[in-house]
Amino acid sequence: MRIPPRVAQTVARVVLGAATFFTVAVLIFIIGHVLVKGIPVLSFRFLFSNPEDMGRAGGIFPTLVGSVLLPAVALVFAVPLGIGTAVFLTEYTRESKITAAIRFGADCLAGIPSIIFGLFGFIFFVTVLRMGWCILSGGLTLAMMVLPTIIRTTEEAIRAVPYAYREVSFSLGATRWRTVWRVVLPNALPGIVTGIILSLGRSIGETAAVIFTAGSSLRMPSSLFDSVRTMSVHFYILAREGISSENAYGTAAVLVLAVLMVNGISYWLMHQFMKRFS
Amino acid sequence: MSRKTISFVVLCSFVMIVFLGSGCGKGKVSVTAAGSTAFQPFAEKLAEQFMQSHPDINVTVQGGGSAVGIQSAVSGAADIGMADLVNLPPEASALKSVVVAKDGIAVIVHPQNPVKDLSIEQIRNIFNGVIKNWSEVGGEERPITVVSREAGSGTRSSFEAIVGGVELIREAVIQDSNGTVRETVANDVNAIGYLSHGLVNEKVKAVTVSGVECTTETITKGQYTLVRPVFFLTKGEPQGAVKAFIDFVLSSEGQKTIVDSGLLPAK
Amino acid sequence: MSQKSETVVYYVLQFIALSAMGSLLLIALFILKEGFPFILEEGPSKFLFSSTWEPAKEHFGIFPMLVGSVWVTFGALVVGGPLGVAGAIYLVEFTPKGLMRIIKPVIELLAGIPSVVYGFMGVAVLAPLIRTYIGGPGLSVLAASLILGIMILPTVMSISMDALNSVPPSYKEGSLALGATRWQTQYMVVLKAAKSGILASIILGMGRAIGETMAVIMVAGNAVKIPNSVLDSVRTLTANIALEMGYATGRHRQALFATGVVLFLVIMMLNSFAMWSLKERRKK
Repeated sequence: MRIPPRVAQTVARVVLGAATFFTVAVLIFIIGHVLVKGIPVLSFRFLFSNPEDMGRAGGIFPTLVGSVLLPAVALVFAVPLGIGTAVFLTEYTRESKITAAIRFGADCLAGIPSIIFGLFGFIFFVTVLRMGWCILSGGLTLAMMVLPTIIRTTEEAIRAVPYAYREVSFSLGATRWRTVWRVVLPNALPGIVTGIILSLGRSIGETAAVIFTAGSSLRMPSSLFDSVRTMSVHFYILAREGISSENAYGTAAVLVLAVLMVNGISYWLMHQFMKRFS
Repeated sequence: MSRKTISFVVLCSFVMIVFLGSGCGKGKVSVTAAGSTAFQPFAEKLAEQFMQSHPDINVTVQGGGSAVGIQSAVSGAADIGMADLVNLPPEASALKSVVVAKDGIAVIVHPQNPVKDLSIEQIRNIFNGVIKNWSEVGGEERPITVVSREAGSGTRSSFEAIVGGVELIREAVIQDSNGTVRETVANDVNAIGYLSHGLVNEKVKAVTVSGVECTTETITKGQYTLVRPVFFLTKGEPQGAVKAFIDFVLSSEGQKTIVDSGLLPAK
Repeated sequence: MSQKSETVVYYVLQFIALSAMGSLLLIALFILKEGFPFILEEGPSKFLFSSTWEPAKEHFGIFPMLVGSVWVTFGALVVGGPLGVAGAIYLVEFTPKGLMRIIKPVIELLAGIPSVVYGFMGVAVLAPLIRTYIGGPGLSVLAASLILGIMILPTVMSISMDALNSVPPSYKEGSLALGATRWQTQYMVVLKAAKSGILASIILGMGRAIGETMAVIMVAGNAVKIPNSVLDSVRTLTANIALEMGYATGRHRQALFATGVVLFLVIMMLNSFAMWSLKERRKK
């Protein structure tokens, strides 16, 4: 017996629709749960005072600072390297063995699990380079982690800049670098910033790579060679060790809001960028 | 954004890094203690108190576990290694060790579990998987979920050394800290676990071992058998700030903090 | 600017461009250096296929963790794969453009939720439900699979959507013009054309599931045992590393790095396969 195509279509539509609805519902439930339980905990004091008694009481200020400093250090290293790589790939060479190798490297790097980055950072920065658990070790490890994202998004943004722009610049006698610096990069900027912000979101949420490289000290860092605990590590420890579920939810809410905000900004920028060139 | 702004931002960030890296850390002597996660919360507390009276010294406490404590003391990554093992491994023989506290290991179950007492024999059989149901030790007809620590944990090796002859059942749920063991047991009516006695709280119930309750008094009197020492390990004789911190921990003020937090004094 | 400085710029950029490659090599080098000698010393087959992991007694067999990773990843794919692909088809084909404009960003935003948050939901909500209504310790293969499955949904969904969107409209128009319904067109034409892209999305999701650490430690229970059912507690390769790394010294530590080597190699193989299948799509 054959099922009439119309019926098959209706069934497919209902099943697919249900699956989609379920997916979105689950994801929204997770965020909703965290926000509903966490937002009531939030206050100026919670954000800007020091934790007491291992985080059982008090605020989360040092971890907030950690979550700002660590991604900042990561971006300071990853952004110039990532943009430089993308410019080289798009503006300075033709497709060749070298570009293929570079792309392969970046793609592989993107797929490596964070625990491997953590192991590497622990053995290389913390142990071999004798830097210890510190902001710099963690930041450098994160920089390696987000590098492929920045390369990829910058490459795409640069490619989206119409070729005519470059031709005009060249015809005015500008050198290649001047063209890149004055014409291509400024026009690709929103796309590049999108990639940077996405990386920021990823490094704020990272736990496994950070805990092995930046440590988990709850004290306010006074230099880049101090150990620090980020919000995600703090949340992990609070929740797992059952130190304080109230503060755990509060920290999670800050974390989720920060990541949503960061990703939201990058999405909006991407949208603006697409509108500009299409 | 103009290119000037961009270059300025990039430049500033680099300058900031160099300054933060080199400048601000100066002027304070720093002491790093790393190791036992069971002792970490107490060490944090002690460090906080110590720094109030010694503002010129900065004490950083890291977890990592007893093995890391020993290793980082040997390698010099930490000034003080904290280890809470009954038997120190051979690597530690080159280190100077001092007992700063003693710690009881409490055997815990869910508060709704009617079982109140277990003998060492029963504990061994439960963790070996010979006893698989609570009814075999006077409880309800429920399967036992054994919760233990990861290989390498000081609490686990001490627990297994004192109980003796433990071949941990393969099904055991493994958690990597005292807190997570407590949470897991608190969430599961069928569970049994063990942890540092100072960290027992109202979410779980400590059973008596062969009729002896796990309290400061019974441990001091030597009646409660599941006890292990906490060592501070240093490379060579401690000096300067490191010595000052260790002396503080051993002082009556430091020992009082240890006792108030639920651990036992060194002597 | 003179020709000379252009050349300088070229070499500087080329040097920078090697950073990604360099990072990868550095990571591979150090992980292999720490772990590979141990595998050789222990014997690859003994290390991979022995099921006794008792570091204190010098037994280092990662077979239970290998099996654990396979179970959990497979479970995550069973949960996340069909849901993700179904969602992608529905959103691309059967959703009004206006609604799509809201749902797509929502899903992409969700891809950024930190994994610890998912893990925590697993412990706080899912594990107690499983323990109460289905049985076992709750922290189990099932809990880990569900949590990971949900975690990889955004990845699978958004890459599948891109693959579906990049099928040339003429394919669809041709099929519809022949009188096929939209579902028939989807099923027989679009899905076939987007096959390699969808496959890549699933493989990338799989990579994420295998590599996930913190969420898995929280929900899987971490027993060193080959699970008999989905209700048993299980330990993955990643969990093995992260759980014991802090406490390991000597050979135990080398064994954990060796676990990292195995994980690294598995992931590299998967990624190469995903890249290859995406490339196949581009060729078409």
